[in-house]
Amino acid sequence: MTRYSALSLLREGLRGHRGWQPAWAKARPKPAYDAVVVGGGGHGLATAYYLARNHGLTRVAVLEKGWIGGGNTGRNTTAVRSNYFYPESVALYDLSLRLYEGLSRELNYNIMLSQRGMLIAAHTPAQMEICARIANAMQLNGVDGHLMGAEEAARRIPLLNRTCDARFKCLGGVWQGRAGVARHDAVAWGYARAASDLGVDIIENCTVTGLDIQAGRIAGVETDLGPIRTTRVGLAAAGATPGLAAMAGVRLPIHTYALQAFVSEPVKPMLDTILLYLGTGTYVSQSDKGELVFGGGLDRVPTHGQRGNLPAQETVVSGLLEMFPAFAQLKLLRQWAGVVDVVPDSSPVIGPAGPDGLFVNCGWGTGGFKAIPAGGWLLAHLLATGTHDAISRPFDLDRFARGRLIDEAAGSGIAH
Amino acid sequence: MQQFPCPFCGLRDETEFHFGAEAGKHRPEPAPDVSDADWADYLYGTDAPKGAAREVWVHLTCGEFFVMTRDTVTRAVLGADALPGRNI
Repeated sequence: MTRYSALSLLREGLRGHRGWQPAWAKARPKPAYDAVVVGGGGHGLATAYYLARNHGLTRVAVLEKGWIGGGNTGRNTTAVRSNYFYPESVALYDLSLRLYEGLSRELNYNIMLSQRGMLIAAHTPAQMEICARIANAMQLNGVDGHLMGAEEAARRIPLLNRTCDARFKCLGGVWQGRAGVARHDAVAWGYARAASDLGVDIIENCTVTGLDIQAGRIAGVETDLGPIRTTRVGLAAAGATPGLAAMAGVRLPIHTYALQAFVSEPVKPMLDTILLYLGTGTYVSQSDKGELVFGGGLDRVPTHGQRGNLPAQETVVSGLLEMFPAFAQLKLLRQWAGVVDVVPDSSPVIGPAGPDGLFVNCGWGTGGFKAIPAGGWLLAHLLATGTHDAISRPFDLDRFARGRLIDEAAGSGIAH
Repeated sequence: MQQFPCPFCGLRDETEFHFGAEAGKHRPEPAPDVSDADWADYLYGTDAPKGAAREVWVHLTCGEFFVMTRDTVTRAVLGADALPGRNI
């Protein structure tokens, strides 16, 4: 594999860019693997990479029914952060953020991480108290975060709607300076390139049609490209996970919804942080190209179709105009949706499920992108060792039977 | 804006409706004999079917719960029925 560097860019520039190699090798399925990962999004590719890198398992296949990074990995609004409430969640999401902080170097692939900070804005004294509670929890859990006042918020985001007719005035809120954005495609491609370089087979356009289970153990997977023998299968397929788990007779606590995102036409730099309004649920950042990238709450209709509905669009766009009324003049460039897997306590499900050798990494709902490195790291640990890392243990499927939910919807104010 | 059919009120905007749960769950009884796993499945387990789905919805404006059958990929509504014992 050619290392990417300023020198290699210069060399190729002088040679007319004729020497670049494909970033990863397209593979056809072999008859057997030590482990098979279903889902070629960020989580699945990261799982394969850490299986090879952390555990020395290289007879690994990633099966993707479409193209890699074409699902939610390529459909999110690219925010990464760890401003959660419960210790278990902060341990999980901050592992992810720490891995993101070193990822460009680790993968030798520029993921364009930009830690520009994120403000969760409150509008009432009561909401400010909740924000203080979250900021205190973050500090107790060893993560950067503090309560930001209205003055500082207005200084950082001068275009904020501060007129007397603002429905939701910004009184400040929770600030996390290490939060940021990263180029989501590059995360998928970087993990794919690094995994492929370590010997992992990345197989696109390969749909899993069944799971071969013998005597309560995984014996292989059936695909439209033929059967594959393996004793370990990891599912990392977001909204498609319930259908895959059903092949093993496993029911998961997942509802699937469409989550939409939007990009405006590009404008000059005017917002150098990520902003989320608690009052509307709309969040926004500005891309390097100048486009406003924004989104909000879920469509309220369960679906497996990657299309959004109009009422949710109206809610999200009106939330943006509440923050910045001047944006009413902007045109939308694009709008799209991904199918997210929503769990009652808004925390992921990571762990064994059903037959021996089957593991899931799902339930990330609306927040899977920020968790890609951790999700891959922890699923790889499960596949390689058969046991939990201490960080993933609380997120086992058994928490629903034990009644030990990790309710981040209540804890950190996720709006669904 | 899609419109959903309320068995009592007819076609109304989708914003007037709220998804309740997947239809067809039966509360396991008697409670002392129900295992934690069965109770958790009753509380939280879903099929999240891709394609035809039977779901309990509520029409918020009239307050009636009913069963709607939908295609979860195309979002087409395949049918809407009042719950047993509720006369239209």
